[in-house]
This record gives sequence, structure tokens and C-alpha cells, in this order.
Amino acid sequence: MKASKRTTAWVAGVLQHGTLLAFTAVALLPLYFMLVSAFKTRDEFLGNQFGLPQTPVVSTLLQSIAGGDLYRWVLNSLLVTVASVLLSTAVAALAAFPIGLMKWRAGPYVLGLLIALMVVPPIVLVIPLFQVAAGLRQLNTYQTVIVIYTGMLLPFSTFLLASFFKTISPALIEAARMDGAGSWRIFMSIVLPLSGPALATVVTVQALWVWNELLIAIVFLQDDSLRTLMIGLTVFNSRYRIDVPVVMAGMVWATLPMLLLYLAGQRFFIRGLTAGSVKG
Amino acid sequence: MNDRSDRWLPWLYSLPMVGFVALTFAYPMLCLLSYSLQHVGRSAYLPSRFVGLANFRYIAADSLFHGAIANNLRLFLCVPVLLVLSVLLSQILHDRPRGWKIYRSLLFIPYILSIPVVGVVFGYLFQYQGQLNTGLRALGFDGLALDWLGNPGLAMPTIMFVIIWKELGFGIILCMARLSSVGEHYFEAARVDGANWLQVIRFVTVPQLAPTLAFYAIVELINMLSWVFAYIYVMTLGGPQNSTVVTEFYIYQQVFQNSQIGVGAAAGVVLLGIVTVLLVTRQWLTRKLAVYEGE
Repeated sequence: MKASKRTTAWVAGVLQHGTLLAFTAVALLPLYFMLVSAFKTRDEFLGNQFGLPQTPVVSTLLQSIAGGDLYRWVLNSLLVTVASVLLSTAVAALAAFPIGLMKWRAGPYVLGLLIALMVVPPIVLVIPLFQVAAGLRQLNTYQTVIVIYTGMLLPFSTFLLASFFKTISPALIEAARMDGAGSWRIFMSIVLPLSGPALATVVTVQALWVWNELLIAIVFLQDDSLRTLMIGLTVFNSRYRIDVPVVMAGMVWATLPMLLLYLAGQRFFIRGLTAGSVKG
Repeated sequence: MNDRSDRWLPWLYSLPMVGFVALTFAYPMLCLLSYSLQHVGRSAYLPSRFVGLANFRYIAADSLFHGAIANNLRLFLCVPVLLVLSVLLSQILHDRPRGWKIYRSLLFIPYILSIPVVGVVFGYLFQYQGQLNTGLRALGFDGLALDWLGNPGLAMPTIMFVIIWKELGFGIILCMARLSSVGEHYFEAARVDGANWLQVIRFVTVPQLAPTLAFYAIVELINMLSWVFAYIYVMTLGGPQNSTVVTEFYIYQQVFQNSQIGVGAAAGVVLLGIVTVLLVTRQWLTRKLAVYEGE
């Protein structure tokens, strides 16, 4: 009886780990393929497509950034991402303050509207926005893309910050008001300093979104020198199609920043992505 | 903050947000409605003219649009798969096997990789002479070495696999977050009563996860309508033989390749209508489940 119980536990453990290992292996397969290919020469790749590199080289990784295209696309992406995330976080924090902490009769309606806007398909907005930008001669400029990204991020970032601000103790705000602090003073010296983790969460989730965005970048940044990394990668792929290791090396460079950010700030990612769902 | 300023102060703080949202959401959506009823001209020599419902009649008769909608419906089939796998894997991880934190971190990685990267890498793996088929042939499964992205019948299922692969981590994280807030005594009680692993899932996990699963299902349904453009653009460009054209890609082609802005806008209105229905369903579900939770 005891022995059979132990056997059952052993079988259960094997099944548990077997399932987890199988799913993890599939989840990591592309990452594995990218990494091992990036350390192979083209010659080695032809004979050894999937195994570990027999003679690992860094020349492929260097070759993929030679010419400077990848480097410039990364800089372009960084510029667009940093600008729109900063702008959107600032604007969202301002708007979330009255929604979360003031007696505002319209507040819940504004919040409801923002929740609804989160699901609008971007392609639908892109059609008229393209016409507007073309009419204003603002195609192929960073400011257009930054404004559009900021606008599209705002429903999510405002919603998230507002729901966090709601958890700040009203007594604290009341006390500050009794001491004669104005709303701006309360916002700057009480609300924001208390919101470090929430702001970090909003920033990471937004950065991930902008960094990975493709459609708006394709439509509004058609000029070669303005391309973001995500469009650049599709160009890169067709340019080096016959040299798989170089393409994979490019993918490694493109993935590294986000992967490191994820590994460093895992809890912010996870908190941001689960926010608003757990309570139902 | 005196009473008089209380009334306009909130609006003052929200003003920049309202401005951005009006510019990127409200105005474009109004334009979209008006475009859908016009033949939109490209210049002063080709002015726009009102055409009534002609654009809608065009897409109603366009087999490519029907195919696009059908493909989005096919993508909906990813959602039940995602739900089942999320429940199973989050339950396994919730049992805290050794190294569960590492498994959780690794299983989440596909979700943070960018779609262009994922699309390009899978594009190579799934080629007819690609690494997947090389592997299958080496193992003796020559019959299974198919043209995954080049065969019109297979391309869409292959893309569905990639989408499930990428979105699963999100479901696992959501379910685990919810399970960790469920009292451990529920699971304990079920086990004391002699429930086996599947019965625990059936009678404890799934009921406890119901609100989370409903939320996840709706989010993913909306994703399958509104956020699959990048997969198609990177992996197939709608081919082979238009077999992977989804509604978003149809709109993109009509507007930016055929200059049929009115037709694209009409398709956009239809897409927006479907998303709205899903959104209303989500709000209704949330309210219903909130009542249920409050009891």
C-alpha cells in the first residue's frame, strides 16, 4: 500500500515535469534556434542546421550589425519608444489623478469610455489618420508617430494608473488638504511619490507595446532612414534571406533589449499584464 | 481646492488626455463612418462623392472579404485551446513542483518576444526545406514533412499554432495570479474527499477560475479580430492564394494597395461593429460575475 502510494507520487511527478518540460521546450524553440544559429558561420549552418555550434563564432553577430542599419533602426525605435512612453505616462498620470482621487461626477463615465477604447482595432484608426497626416504633410515624421502612439496608449495607461490611485488612502489626501496643500501640490508630492511601482508597471507594458508595434510604423514611416526596428527586421530578413545565421543574429540583437528588461523587471511586467483582470 | 474650482479642476487635469484621445480615436472614427459612405478621391481632380451603401454592397459580394471574415472566425478556434492549456498548465504550476518559478518565467517568454521576430524565425522553421521538416525526415516521418506555410490548406492552421504558442504565457500568468488568491483549503478539502487531479480541476479550479477565464477568452477573441495583422504581414502576406487574408489585412490591402479607401472603411465599420458586440458581452459578463463574486 505504502509502496504503491510512493509509485503513484513518482508517476505524478514524472507526468508533471514531463508536461512542463515539453511545453517549455516548445516555448523556447525559436529562441534556441536564433541563438545557436547566430553563433554559426554560413558554412557550418549548411551542414548543421539545428545542433549546437561546433565552432562558435562571433563574426556572424558582428556581420549582422556591420553597415549600421540595424544600429540605426534600434536608435530609431528607442527614440520613438522613449518619447511616446514618457509623454503618454505623463498625460495619463494627470488624467488619472481626478478619475482616481477626486469627487468627479463624470469620472466613472470617462473611465468606462477609456475601457471601451482599449479594444478598437488600430487598422480602423489608421485609415483616417493617414489621410489627415497626408493632408498636413506630416507623413514620414517622428512627431506624427509619437502622437499616434501616445494617443493609442492612453486608454490603457490612464485606466491602470487610475485604478492604482484609487488604492491610495483618502485620509492622506484629506490631511494634506487640511494643511493647505493645493491639488497640484498633492499630486506632485503625495500621489506621484507613492506611485513608483505603478508607474514602473505602466512604463514597462507601454514600452513593450511600442517597441513591438508594426502596423503604424509601416504606414507612417516609409522612409528608409526613419524605419523602426520592427519594419527594419522584415527588410533585413528579405535582404539576407540566403544567409540564415546573419538573419538570426539580427533577431538576437532585436530581442536582447526586451528580454533583458523582462528578466530584470519581471514582476512589473506580470503585474501590468494581470492588472484589472484578477478582480474580474 | 474650494467648491467652485472642484467643478472644472478635474477637466483641467484630464484636458491633455481628452485632446489626444479625441485626435487619435474620436475624430478618426467619425471620419471612418463618413468614408464608408463615400468614394474617396485621391486629389482635387478626383473629388470624393457620396455613394450611399455601395461600399457595403461591394464587400457583401466580395469573396475575398468573406474569406477574411471566415479566417477571423477560424482564429476564434485558438481561444478554447488557449483556455484548456492555460488551466492545465497553471494547475500543474500551482501544485508547486520543484522549479515552478523557472518554468513560469520561461513559459512566459514567447509573450514578450515581438511578432516580427517570432514570425521570421517560425517562417524558417516551417519552410518546406526548413528545420522542422528536416527533423521529421530524420525521424522517419517523411509523410509528415509538409509545406506548412506554402499550402493553402495548411497555412492558416500553422499561423494559428504560432498565435497559440505566443499567447499561452499570458493565460498561464492570469490563471496563476487568480489561483494564488484562492484559499488553499478548497484544494485541500477536495483532496481529503478523495478527488483525483482531474476532479480537483473540474470541481475546484475551473469554477474558481471562471471570471478570469471569461476575461481571458474575451480579450483573446478581440485579439483574434484586431491584433493579428503583424503575424500575417510577416509570415504570409495573405498568401498562398489569399488563404490567410484576415479582415485587418483585407482593409490594409484595400486602402494602401488598391487605394479603395471607401471599401476599406466599410470593412472597418463592420470590424468595429463585431468588436463592439464582443465588448458589450465582456461588460455584461464582468457585471454578472461581479455580482456572483460578491455573494
